Amino acid sequence: MTLAKRIIPCLDVDAGNVVKGVHFSDVRIAGDPVSFAKKYTHEGADEIVFLDINASHEGREALKTVIKEVARVINIPFTVGGGIRSLHDTREILLSGADKVSINTAAVKNPELVSQLMNLFGKQCVVVAMDVKRHYISHSTEKASYWFEVRIFGGREGTGIEAIGWAKSVEKLGAGEILLTSIDTDGTENGYDLELIRAIGRAVRIPVIASGGCGSQEHILEVFRRTDVEAALAASIFHYEKATVNSVKQYLKDNGINVRI
Amino acid sequence: MSKLAIFDYGAGNLFSLESSMRKNGAKQVSIIRDMDTLDEFDGLVLPGVGNFDPAIISLEPFRRTLEKASVTGTPILGICLGMEMFLERSEEGKLNGLKLLKGYVKMLDKKKVKVPHIGWNNLNITNSSSKLLSGVPNESWVYFVHSYRIVSQEKEITMASTEYGTKFPVVIEKGNVFGTQFHPEKSGAIGEKIIRNFIGVCIKSK
Repeated sequence: MTLAKRIIPCLDVDAGNVVKGVHFSDVRIAGDPVSFAKKYTHEGADEIVFLDINASHEGREALKTVIKEVARVINIPFTVGGGIRSLHDTREILLSGADKVSINTAAVKNPELVSQLMNLFGKQCVVVAMDVKRHYISHSTEKASYWFEVRIFGGREGTGIEAIGWAKSVEKLGAGEILLTSIDTDGTENGYDLELIRAIGRAVRIPVIASGGCGSQEHILEVFRRTDVEAALAASIFHYEKATVNSVKQYLKDNGINVRI
Repeated sequence: MSKLAIFDYGAGNLFSLESSMRKNGAKQVSIIRDMDTLDEFDGLVLPGVGNFDPAIISLEPFRRTLEKASVTGTPILGICLGMEMFLERSEEGKLNGLKLLKGYVKMLDKKKVKVPHIGWNNLNITNSSSKLLSGVPNESWVYFVHSYRIVSQEKEITMASTEYGTKFPVVIEKGNVFGTQFHPEKSGAIGEKIIRNFIGVCIKSK
């Protein structure tokens, strides 16, 4: 046997509630993070990601109290992102119970932070989240042309930074993993952005977590079959109980994917 | 009574380790930054978050204490980096390791596999008399996050190995010295079993 493909439910959290947005906006409230975390752990989630989606935008720190509660009820790894700007923020998040931090806007604004975090806490703690959107040069239906742009502040602001080059840079800076979200597919529930995921996966030698667009277990199978990502992140199919983590893993196993059951 | 100490290198999350120890039978868990009172504890844990050199620097004043404990007295569990520090040296750092075990620490082969090795992988149990693995089924899934592996020159200390690019020891036991390359505090019910086993060893040794 070898390393299992990971299924990672994501808890987007805003002011203590789990929410799920479509295209990074139009946020709908879906429930309490602690009970979601407990439920997913029991169902066989391999890891949980907890993103404080408005922290970066509004200058709020991640909600440490919620992190502590979540960390107390689970015995699997746990990543926290949102509004992490400094070594100090990171230490506070880790001491609240997180195993890894995910940084996004701060990594773009201050790439040195990635190296500093790596040196102090080890690269296993450092996840760089990339929110990526196609930037169209031509919308022509015959030959649309575009490049992949890194966006920050929860997708609201462009950076002019090309995503594949940025992925290579964050690997060099010392990131342990890349959490790759396609803004184009996020919230659509039409499937992962295979083109983007392949492009980034080919560019780096650190694990990549695919995110954005999962609407069914077939989408998770597709992303494992057609790209070489290590993990798939999903929110809405689990939140709205279209599927359980268990049933998805059993489906993947039946289809020849190596998962932990 | 089971009174455990977790050494804090100042680098990160001890919360989940501490709550896991409490949940699995430790009556008291203290976070310590020196070893002056080590004798008062039934067991010591060197946690698995941080970087080799900074962690070694924080342990530097206590080398002798740890050497002594490894032979007689307090059982020590090293998790991930905590275990790697037991060896003589590491490719991750320039400083000498604790030298409680013979061998060194080598980076995983980037040409063969993605590094870090992150996620759930299987235990191949090679020694059925392991204390940490008592009651743990072969091929159990455990959670790894690491870029380095140990190369031990003492074959007999390996209790279980895992394959990722190459096969390497992931559970070691030698006298009072115990180590896991994976994170038992993050490895679900199997990890909790391993922690209970270590706490059992600590109780017996007193």
